[in-house]
Amino acid sequence: MQTILAAFDSALQLILRLDPGLIEIVLLSLRVSLLAVALAGVIGLPLGAAVALARFPGRRFTAILLNSLMGLPPVVVGLVVYLLLSRSGPLGVLGLLFTPTAMILAQVVIVTPIVASLTRQVIEDLWAEYREQLLSLGCGPLRAIPALLWDGRFSLVTALLAGFGRASAEVGAIMIVGGNIDHVTRMMTTAIALETSKGDLALALGLGIILIVLSLGVNGAAYLIRDLTGGRR
Amino acid sequence: MTAVRAASQSASILPLRLEKLGYAAGGEMLIEAIDVELAAGPRTVILGPNGAGKSLLLRLCHGLLRPTAGHVRWRGDGALLRRRQAMVFQRPVMLRRSAAGNIAFALRLRGIPRRVRQAKIAETLARTGLSALAHLPARVLSGGEQQRLALARAWALEPEVLFLDEPTASLDPAATRAVEALVNDIHRSGTKVVMTTHDLAQARRLADEILFLNHGRLIEAGPAERFFARPATPEAAAFLKGELMW
Repeated sequence: MQTILAAFDSALQLILRLDPGLIEIVLLSLRVSLLAVALAGVIGLPLGAAVALARFPGRRFTAILLNSLMGLPPVVVGLVVYLLLSRSGPLGVLGLLFTPTAMILAQVVIVTPIVASLTRQVIEDLWAEYREQLLSLGCGPLRAIPALLWDGRFSLVTALLAGFGRASAEVGAIMIVGGNIDHVTRMMTTAIALETSKGDLALALGLGIILIVLSLGVNGAAYLIRDLTGGRR
Repeated sequence: MTAVRAASQSASILPLRLEKLGYAAGGEMLIEAIDVELAAGPRTVILGPNGAGKSLLLRLCHGLLRPTAGHVRWRGDGALLRRRQAMVFQRPVMLRRSAAGNIAFALRLRGIPRRVRQAKIAETLARTGLSALAHLPARVLSGGEQQRLALARAWALEPEVLFLDEPTASLDPAATRAVEALVNDIHRSGTKVVMTTHDLAQARRLADEILFLNHGRLIEAGPAERFFARPATPEAAAFLKGELMW
């Protein structure tokens, strides 16, 4: 018990005096996950909207596929991206393995189905409500995509936050493609795993606290957004 | 007021001719063998009990549904037809934007340039008495205000034909009066009004010409005055007396 309390104490001190090693890891983690979510948004929002509005054979299958991809195991994503980026892989020439870019790539693969799937749900509901009015105004499904994305903006922000929550908590994929290299690809989750096994509980706990605060903050923001916009639904 | 209409060619799309129009769903004939011609001018009210097929008929005319039998024939050709019509639904469909934003959206879809748009929005809001609400989110407006905004949005497009599907069915008497006044304003501005209602009193107030529908069939069509004074069919007479029809 004593050791745990001591570790907790030094963890708080690391945070309070803004330990450079800790800050570096936190900033890298934020950079990677935020960029991954941004890219996943650029791909996932229009993709989800398109699947919601387009009528093509296999649409149901695509929707189901997107849904099941939401639960993609990060380690498997890591493995696949690793194979793609490794020296002998098809994208090996790019030399991206064990770089932040590789981690961003892996997280994009993990987050995009989440964003796309939640977007599809939101846009499908909106379309059901707006369809006749929009068609009457001369707005077909294709032209409706940007309009519906805009009208679903509050729900879609929660979709992006869900994606960010997943990316920032994920360890398997970035561990494999990033390699947890000090000062290069060491993220919060991979550092926690490493420091815990090394017995440096202070740093692990400090990062753990920050990660939890972050995740609480994200969920709180999602709740607030829902709450603030409740009257407009 | 003529900017939009002039931009989209001046030839009329009326009269609208329905020829042996039918619509079936799930093996049931919901609209059957309707032959009628709607000319420019008089306010046409499609009257009938619930389930008569009034809304369906309106959607077939507007092109939201494809007939399974017969034809909906406008004068003139395909591309411009939709641009010359507008429709207001029983429950107003408001986008999650401001009142002004809702009108702007409709004008943008019609390709109205930004400069013209702002003036047009202000003018429309003023004419419909909604100027004070311009910047409020459309969805926080009351039901009556939303329906007036829906009418304003349709009016801003300067349609040659405006379809209204029971526009006052879920409104209180005061809001109903406001909507009816607006419908008359739109009629006076030169737009052909085609409206459904199950409310006899409203039909008496608004109709120049009645299409009486029952069980998906057109039972009687003609000038409103004659219809109310001397209905030609037993069904119409029964409906006017307030007797239930099955």
